[in-house]
Amino acid sequence: MSAPLISFRNVARSYGAGEAEVRALDGVSFDIRPGEFVSIMGPSGSGKSTAMNIIGCLDRPTSGEYLFKGIPAQGLDQDRRALLRRHALGFVFQGFNLLARQSALENVELPLIYKGLPAAERRALAREALRKVGLEGRESHDPSQLSGGQQQRVAIARALAGGPEVILADEPTGNLDSARGHEIMRLLQALNREEGITIVMVTHEDDIAHYAGRLMVFTDGHLTRDEPVKERA
Amino acid sequence: MLWEAVRLAFTAIIRNKLRSFLTVLGVVIGVAAVIAMLTVGEGSSAQVKASVERLGTNVLVLRPGRVRMGPPSGEPAPRFTLKDAAALSELSIVAHVAPQAAATYPLVAGNANTSAQVSGTTADYLMVQNWPLALGRAFEPGEEASGAAVCLLGQTVRDKLFGSADPLGETLRVRGLACEVIGVLSARGAGSFGQDQDEVVLIPVKTMHRRLQGDTDVGSITVALLKSVASADGIRTVQVLMRERREIDIGEADDFSVTDMKDFNTLLTGVNSVMTGLLSAVAAVSLLVGGIGIMNIMLVSVTERTREIGIRLAVGASGGQVLMQFLIEAVVLSVLGGVLGIAVGLALAWGGSVYLAIPFTPSALVIALAFGFSAVVGVVFGFFPARRAARMDPIEALRHQ
Repeated sequence: MSAPLISFRNVARSYGAGEAEVRALDGVSFDIRPGEFVSIMGPSGSGKSTAMNIIGCLDRPTSGEYLFKGIPAQGLDQDRRALLRRHALGFVFQGFNLLARQSALENVELPLIYKGLPAAERRALAREALRKVGLEGRESHDPSQLSGGQQQRVAIARALAGGPEVILADEPTGNLDSARGHEIMRLLQALNREEGITIVMVTHEDDIAHYAGRLMVFTDGHLTRDEPVKERA
Repeated sequence: MLWEAVRLAFTAIIRNKLRSFLTVLGVVIGVAAVIAMLTVGEGSSAQVKASVERLGTNVLVLRPGRVRMGPPSGEPAPRFTLKDAAALSELSIVAHVAPQAAATYPLVAGNANTSAQVSGTTADYLMVQNWPLALGRAFEPGEEASGAAVCLLGQTVRDKLFGSADPLGETLRVRGLACEVIGVLSARGAGSFGQDQDEVVLIPVKTMHRRLQGDTDVGSITVALLKSVASADGIRTVQVLMRERREIDIGEADDFSVTDMKDFNTLLTGVNSVMTGLLSAVAAVSLLVGGIGIMNIMLVSVTERTREIGIRLAVGASGGQVLMQFLIEAVVLSVLGGVLGIAVGLALAWGGSVYLAIPFTPSALVIALAFGFSAVVGVVFGFFPARRAARMDPIEALRHQ
């Protein structure tokens, strides 16, 4: 077994204080190894989004340890967490979160700008990422000129362009119809299998969750189920 | 990275052309006002300096009456006479003496007419004032002695009455007295107070006395001392002579004044620079107001672009990089305003200097300062909004609608 990429050690995250304290995560431990494709499910308020935010270094646990490649990430300051996001993580959101009035290519280039890559190299990497998600020829389109499915592909290309180790997808099919949703899932599955990128995905939908190899279910801030996904009949 | 931020700033500014323009309007007005004030101020200082140099050194002006504050009291001081001027010219320290008896009279030539100051004086006046002729000749001693009806024209009078025609030998009627034009003075431009020095006619002082004024009063006497004489010594000698001639007892105050033109012009320069300083300070306040305008709009812009900031933070931008982006946007805005303001300010200063007839003296230092100052305004007033952007929580920012 390879060393874990992501480790939660008794992670808790609470908001507010005293009487009003809400424990969104209440002592959760798990490991995710490189190359895994994990679906996280659970009702709203179960702590699954909080877990995603902590994995994505957008939030920090109030207690417990979060190790990314063995590094205790909960102790990193804002700038170091930004560095981690820049070099190792890619985000895909339910609402796409593309910059309006910027072309698909410019959107995909965005993380590469913060990596400090020269313009020519950025452009080449961004084109390559758009090709991988099947949007060759749409480089100069604005998000407003693309369908929802295509916009989500641009977002995936943006997450992919920087060569991340993990892609974090927060309900990536939530704003898409079922056919587009399954297309996006097949794309993520292919990236996981062919590029070896670890994928952690939050979803509501059972059939979407089953594209993953492992399923985690959160309930009331606890990890209540963690099992391999059975191949569907 | 820096270049990216500048490019991004231009994209954001061009996307909202009208808003960007209105945002920087305050800086434009502030910079334009400072540039115009300082440039015009410098021009008028140069003007005063030029008139000091033109006068030459050691020129004294004598006027009857005491120099003092408050309302006049008692009987008016006696006027000077031509005998006073003659006595002054006897002094060994004096180079030239020019008496003046002046009044404003109507002037007619052909069917053109105007009015101007007519000054009765002598040919020495041109020496004292260091004022060469453009055309013709000065009064001859015979004409001065006999009170001949001859005159010299200032450029403005010549332009008004004769246009581009040759005025020499033509007749100018000064309050009905027909005078032959024998010369034209060279152009002098505006004086220390902005008055037109070329709106003048010179005639022999005896002509003025006998044929126009009807008395023998001399309003003022201009004395040019020899170059080797210190002006303080010259003033003392002139005062002693005039006290004697005017029979002023020891212990009594002078009933005339002696002004060193150089001191007078130094005073004017001082007043000038104080005025320029005050007006520039007022203009600088509008630059401050302009900066607040930029801060205001940048705060609005940061709020509007919360989601964009969230996206940038999520893909790996550090707080510092977001701060730089918004700071550079503020500086680019403010510097654009500065450049626009410099252009407008120079245009205003040019118009002002033409109107006031003073030299147009744009200063590279003033322009560089205005440019630098507008950049500083951008940094100072852009910092607070930029810091607000940099400190956003990415989760909150991404949730923002």
